[in-house]
Amino acid sequence: MSAASAGQAGTMERDSVKDQADSYVTDDGRTIGPTVMEMKNITLRFGGVEAIKDISFDIREGEIRAIIGPNGAGKSSMLNVISGFYVPQEGEVWYKGAKRPPMKPYQVAQQGIARTFQNIALFEGMSVLDNVMTGRLTQMKSGLLAQSFWKGAAEREEIENREIAEKVIDFLEIQAIRKTPVARLPYGLKKRVELARALAAEPTILLLDEPMAGMNVEEKEDMSRFILDVNDEFGTTIALIEHDMGVVMDLSDRVVVMDYGRKIGDGSPDEVRNNQEVIDAYLGVAHD
Amino acid sequence: MPEQLAFTIEVFLNGLMAGVLYALVALGFVLIYKASGIFNYAQGVMALFAALTLVGIMEGQVPFGHLINAILGTEVHHFGWHIPAFLAIVLTMVVMIVLAYCVQRFVFRYLVGQEPIILFMATIGLAYFLEGVGDLMWGSEIKTLDVGLPQGINVWIDEFTYNATGYGFFIDNLDIVASIVAAVLVIGLVMFAQYTKQGRAMRAVADDHQAALSVGVSLNFIWILVWSLAGFVALVAGIMWGAKSGVQFSLSLIALKALPVLMLGGFTSIPGAIVGGLIIGVGEKLFEFLIGAPFLGGATENWFAYMLALVFLVFRPQGLFGEKIIERV
Repeated sequence: MSAASAGQAGTMERDSVKDQADSYVTDDGRTIGPTVMEMKNITLRFGGVEAIKDISFDIREGEIRAIIGPNGAGKSSMLNVISGFYVPQEGEVWYKGAKRPPMKPYQVAQQGIARTFQNIALFEGMSVLDNVMTGRLTQMKSGLLAQSFWKGAAEREEIENREIAEKVIDFLEIQAIRKTPVARLPYGLKKRVELARALAAEPTILLLDEPMAGMNVEEKEDMSRFILDVNDEFGTTIALIEHDMGVVMDLSDRVVVMDYGRKIGDGSPDEVRNNQEVIDAYLGVAHD
Repeated sequence: MPEQLAFTIEVFLNGLMAGVLYALVALGFVLIYKASGIFNYAQGVMALFAALTLVGIMEGQVPFGHLINAILGTEVHHFGWHIPAFLAIVLTMVVMIVLAYCVQRFVFRYLVGQEPIILFMATIGLAYFLEGVGDLMWGSEIKTLDVGLPQGINVWIDEFTYNATGYGFFIDNLDIVASIVAAVLVIGLVMFAQYTKQGRAMRAVADDHQAALSVGVSLNFIWILVWSLAGFVALVAGIMWGAKSGVQFSLSLIALKALPVLMLGGFTSIPGAIVGGLIIGVGEKLFEFLIGAPFLGGATENWFAYMLALVFLVFRPQGLFGEKIIERV
């Protein structure tokens, strides 16, 4: 698996020992800000099974944070805790410097957190454009009365949002399938449409659950390029779960490693790559 | 124009008008089913309850009057005021919205994610409950509903067609008004679902609850909205049928007429409800007057729709427009 395929210039040195309140500039000119989201001592149980055991980590503004680990480690569960689909029995979630009270997933979305799903959760009965437009729902403010009347505020808002949705579609190069019913699309394109829908919400934090799953090298290169472009152009903070180590090492600023619900590594890709516990649990060693 | 042809056209037109009203009632079912997977057995009773409330408000009836009198020994029946029709309709709509909120908050919020059959049973319970509450609140005697809709044969059409074709078409004024109102509502609901922001959120909830949550749609709000819309549809249906034959407890049987419409058009399709309604309306009337009466002795109107639905169930169970699941294998 080629490690240099993501289109980045050279390797990046990231010093993970930075004061969490400071901003710093990476080698390629991106600014990474202070902590925007922090998980404090999260414990999640399903009956007798402890899916997440006392995990704490933070995500900084503008960075690309990877969450890796073997299958069953609790990575998707962690993403579900962040996006509000699961409520942890213990621990706190801190967002933008304030403790987040237990809230429903739709309230989390309204706060500026958008996500994609591992097994794709698109609106299968709608076209690509309609799906992307649903991503704009959190940004559309007109009420029931204005919408029923249509002419005036509601129509203007619809046109504005339509323009933004079209920009996102252009950005992800899916114009050709704008009107196709989503159910008919191949897997790789569905994943891209889901990314478009999440992007359309102009999120503060973008959560990606295995965005590269099921893709070949070329498709992974495209997806990596899109993820980097999103982070570069819009400054969107990105947290992603990914199994392809080449992608993880190339894309991410910092990595969290999970295994059986515990955190076994947290730092820059280089630090994590050389962590013995991580090697034993997940990465393995190359044999000659 | 030969009398047989003119007669056929008249029957056809009456069928269309009946069909539009059926389509409206069916839409009430489709809206709720699409958004929450609940088949609302209580839709007909909601129409009855809406009509009862409307009459009660218009005539200034004391709600639960009989009950209060029985318990306290008083003799109150009316407040003594008489509210104009338009205002009464608005107030009744408010009551239906409150009802929608209560149904969602106290019944279906606790049943999220349950099997469809359980949700269906809950609506059966709701139907009996509403029927009982309607009886207790407003009494079960037959009431006349007068919202100022024109009644009787449309003289203008009768004369016009007599002069044009030698055969005067018998078309009821009330039917004309009912079908125009129903058509406007159907178009309005379709446009609402297709183009507005809340309509888009409704379609998202109808498609995938988890995905809808992830794009910031509150499921509870959409469900209350959908039940309110169904309540509005129920109110209109209740007014139309109540004006025609009085507000009585058999009004709740309207719902049964919508079942063949749904089987024809598919449970999840809005255009299906419209087309299905028209087909059933026209088919019913044509069958009765052209085939039923001459050969089978009449009264075939009542069962034709169900027979047609039966045929559809055998050959095309998802209905004309029902969801065919497109799956990439």
